[in-house]
Amino acid sequence: MYAFNYHRPKSLDEAAGLVAKAEDGKLVAGGMTLLPSMKLRLASPSDLVDLSSVDGLKGITVSGKTVTIGAMTRHVDVHTSADVQKAIPALAALAGGIGDPSVRNRGTMGGSVANSDPAADYPSAVLGLGATVETNKRKIAADDFFKGLFETALEPGEIIKAIHYPVPDAAAYEKFPQPASGYAMVGAFVARFGKDVRVAITGAKDHVFRVPEMEKALAANFKADAIAGIKLSEDDMLSDIHCSADYRAHLVSVIAKRAVAKAGG
Amino acid sequence: MDSTFGEKFGIGQPVRRKEDQRLLKGGGKYTDDVSIPGQAHLAFVRAAVAHARLKGIDGTAALKGPGVLGVFSGKDMEADGIGRVITDAALKDLSGKVMFRTKRLAMPVDKIRYAGEPIAVVVAETAAQARDAAELVQVDYEELPAVVTARQGLAKGAPAIHDEQPDNLCLHYENATSEAYDAAAKQAARIASIELVNNRVIPVPMEPKCCVADMDTKSGRLTFYAPTQGGRRVQGAVAEMLFGGDGDKVRHVSDNTGGGFGTRSKIYPEILATCYAAKKLGRAVKWSGDRSETMVSDLHGRDQVDRAELALDANGKILGYKVEMLANIGAWVTENGARLPIDGGGRIVGGLYDIPVLYFSCKAVMTNTVPTDTYRGAGRPEANFLIDRLVEKAAREMGIDIREMRKRNYITSFPYRTQMGLTIDSGNFAKCQDEACKTIGWDDFPARRKQSEARGRLRGIGMTSFIEGSGGRPEETMRLRFEKDGKLSVICGTFSHGQGHATVYSQLLHDKLGMPFDAVSLIQGDTDTAPEGAAGTFGSRSSQMGSMAIIGAANIIVEKGKKIAGHLLQAPPTEVKFEGGNFVARAGSISITEIAKAAHDPAKLPEGMEPGLDETFVYKRANGRDDMNYPNGCHICEVEVDPETGHIEILDFAAADDCGFVLNPLIVHGQVHGGIAQGIGQALTEYLVYDEETGQLLTGTFMDYGMPRAHHFPDMKAVFSPTMSTNNDLGVKGAGEAGACGAPTAFVHAVLDALRPLGVEHIEMPLTPNRVWQAIQAAKRKGAA
Repeated sequence: MYAFNYHRPKSLDEAAGLVAKAEDGKLVAGGMTLLPSMKLRLASPSDLVDLSSVDGLKGITVSGKTVTIGAMTRHVDVHTSADVQKAIPALAALAGGIGDPSVRNRGTMGGSVANSDPAADYPSAVLGLGATVETNKRKIAADDFFKGLFETALEPGEIIKAIHYPVPDAAAYEKFPQPASGYAMVGAFVARFGKDVRVAITGAKDHVFRVPEMEKALAANFKADAIAGIKLSEDDMLSDIHCSADYRAHLVSVIAKRAVAKAGG
Repeated sequence: MDSTFGEKFGIGQPVRRKEDQRLLKGGGKYTDDVSIPGQAHLAFVRAAVAHARLKGIDGTAALKGPGVLGVFSGKDMEADGIGRVITDAALKDLSGKVMFRTKRLAMPVDKIRYAGEPIAVVVAETAAQARDAAELVQVDYEELPAVVTARQGLAKGAPAIHDEQPDNLCLHYENATSEAYDAAAKQAARIASIELVNNRVIPVPMEPKCCVADMDTKSGRLTFYAPTQGGRRVQGAVAEMLFGGDGDKVRHVSDNTGGGFGTRSKIYPEILATCYAAKKLGRAVKWSGDRSETMVSDLHGRDQVDRAELALDANGKILGYKVEMLANIGAWVTENGARLPIDGGGRIVGGLYDIPVLYFSCKAVMTNTVPTDTYRGAGRPEANFLIDRLVEKAAREMGIDIREMRKRNYITSFPYRTQMGLTIDSGNFAKCQDEACKTIGWDDFPARRKQSEARGRLRGIGMTSFIEGSGGRPEETMRLRFEKDGKLSVICGTFSHGQGHATVYSQLLHDKLGMPFDAVSLIQGDTDTAPEGAAGTFGSRSSQMGSMAIIGAANIIVEKGKKIAGHLLQAPPTEVKFEGGNFVARAGSISITEIAKAAHDPAKLPEGMEPGLDETFVYKRANGRDDMNYPNGCHICEVEVDPETGHIEILDFAAADDCGFVLNPLIVHGQVHGGIAQGIGQALTEYLVYDEETGQLLTGTFMDYGMPRAHHFPDMKAVFSPTMSTNNDLGVKGAGEAGACGAPTAFVHAVLDALRPLGVEHIEMPLTPNRVWQAIQAAKRKGAA
């Protein structure tokens, strides 16, 4: 790890100001990606702006058909929240399957979503549930949020405050882990709102994406079999030593099917 | 605690490990726990490329870094007259030519031979300063094409790793010409053949490699701390290289070592370089290697491409066996690099099968990769994997039941002289097989397969029978010392780094000398106290070599004790009995601790007797290599494969092991479980990938290198099916490596059994989901064509 300046602001404005002022400032939420990168000397920010003391970023509230989760809420808190378990059990289960207990006790929802790791779990829930990402500047629809590999709609100085999840009628997350890291080699989040269905896939391409042909088929018939014949092109699938593109494309169909079955379809 | 003499703490009892309380509560003292006041810190500059001509190393900028005390490279060591580590193995080919042996300086001066090779050190006041400055060291090099696989190494025109050996062939070993095998093959009703990869693995002990070297400038003596499996050899190497062979000038200490697996038994350039820096600077220097460094610098294991052929008669009886191994030994010929496949594995190349004719060829090839050396099993897992995969394949091709096929070919009469010149003294392989089958419920498997089918899963069952040769170096020394408080210390030549020696040796001494279990303690891990000739712990040797040396010393103590007791009780020694820790004669009884005290009082000794009851014993195997012991067993694995995803679930694992006499079943079960887990690691998760063009290790972190985890394993069913070793009085056989010898084969056979209905015949290890799925697709395409 290289030397850096450390800041612990009390407010979002102060945090945004510190990042803006720094030569190469980075926000740190749970630090589950940033800190290992720094330890390996792969990242060398000049300043770390720690969000852990900023007021109002933690906590879970349910209001009507919306679950709002503060950006600094840890995975373990989402996983064990009775409110989340009741309203969106698929989201609680997803949080309980991220990393290992150490990661779940430090890692935060906002940190994961802002990082847009192609193999992270949370982005599939944000997109699959059609959540709204609230920042210090605006509200961004999930469909407009994830832009690419580690790339989101967040602008410089923009910080996630909370994420608002609509409560679905049924939902499930299923993942097939990469054998070494446990990250999703393919993960599928499926949610049904009345007749509308959303299918979000993580791990397979450079960022989380929806599968309209599956959503259409499931809207007509919310059964696993309804999408059994839908195969995605392997052309823009990720390919690495653990998973070739053709295998990934195949896994998307299988895992999505299993997610639908888990969601009661 | 109840420590009275009795069955509770004797040998053969499932005594809980006395060392666990301390180790599990963080009481272990590992190398990185050691800090010397005023110590400096060291960081390595490692090669960024796999193969290059080294043109220069410039430490000028690094030397200007804050706190920097020194920058040293191989050139500095050479200028200081530092010696080189020369390969000690000297195997020969059929013509009598000795293998190519390397002379390795801790850091190279001419070439870079693998990515991650240490090429310079920076020493600074703090660890961070050393790391920062290490990045400022300028390395000037001219990159050369990299040779990554053994096949690439042997290819015509391949770049030479060592200029002195242009063909990269360290040795082409053959046990004989192939004439006899060729003749047997002509008589054969059937030839079965197989070609497979035995994949390279990274050993990954929990404790990364590290070293603290403390130079006492006043006495001129260096004390260094580093994880090892027995320090004498490493101490010897440091003395040889840095102190002109003066062993008194060097002390090695290693209180605890966090996992050995063979890879910690070696002499590492990093240790030598740290000691060099300490001597050069005249102060203590600490190097705390991190996991990333450990992954690219710990000697790797396995890495063979093997081809084999069986000549069989019409009943499936083996007439001859032909083996052609290609072993990738990496960039340097280390202590066991070439010896491992050829002698370590080669000595049992035919497994536990009766092989009347053998042709065994092994080419040890150098490449631009981390050198390979001993890793749990060290050649025996590779040899067993090959023969048993082929025996099973032959059975399937000939339509013979796989259990029957093995039984037709097991060695059944002992002693059995193998084609490699070893005498296997004991075993009952068919009985082991039957025990394993009974334990897993082999006969009921079809019903279980149906249940899996109903869930859309393919179930498979796989078996293997294996043998290995344990004992390692044929000599070990133990010293027993009675302390003033009546306790007994075992001053060890062996080194426990997880094996539970403190417990087992206490059991032995409870049994042999009647010492209370808690009154025995181990002294190990310090070359100042280790007895002369201390070898260490590797090759599953301590149960035999350590125990027999202890018993040898204990027997002498009892005999001497009888003489002293006889003198005190006024009875002839022949009438003194030793029972439960007491010397008993008609006139009375004296405990061994009292005798030990009396032994220091010349007035109480028979005339002419040397005072003291302490004893040192050197146990030597009479016939060196031949009378080692031969652990063996039959392992059976049951798996379920998800044909849609290629995911494998291990549902059951039964191990019937013949470890000879079992000193402590709890500890041996632990060894079996650990060995199986490590074997499954190689076969299921540990996917090691080198970029075949650049020679870069692509799986250098746990994000990509998959370690086996608890969730991969069912509750394992380990049972014993012992036959006593006739080569030592205890009847013990090694237990540490058996699991790793059996598990990969049983597992792969189980998966192939599950996938057979789909037409899959072969998948290389490790059986990752990607590979399993690809194999299923390939079989489908083949079936459709």
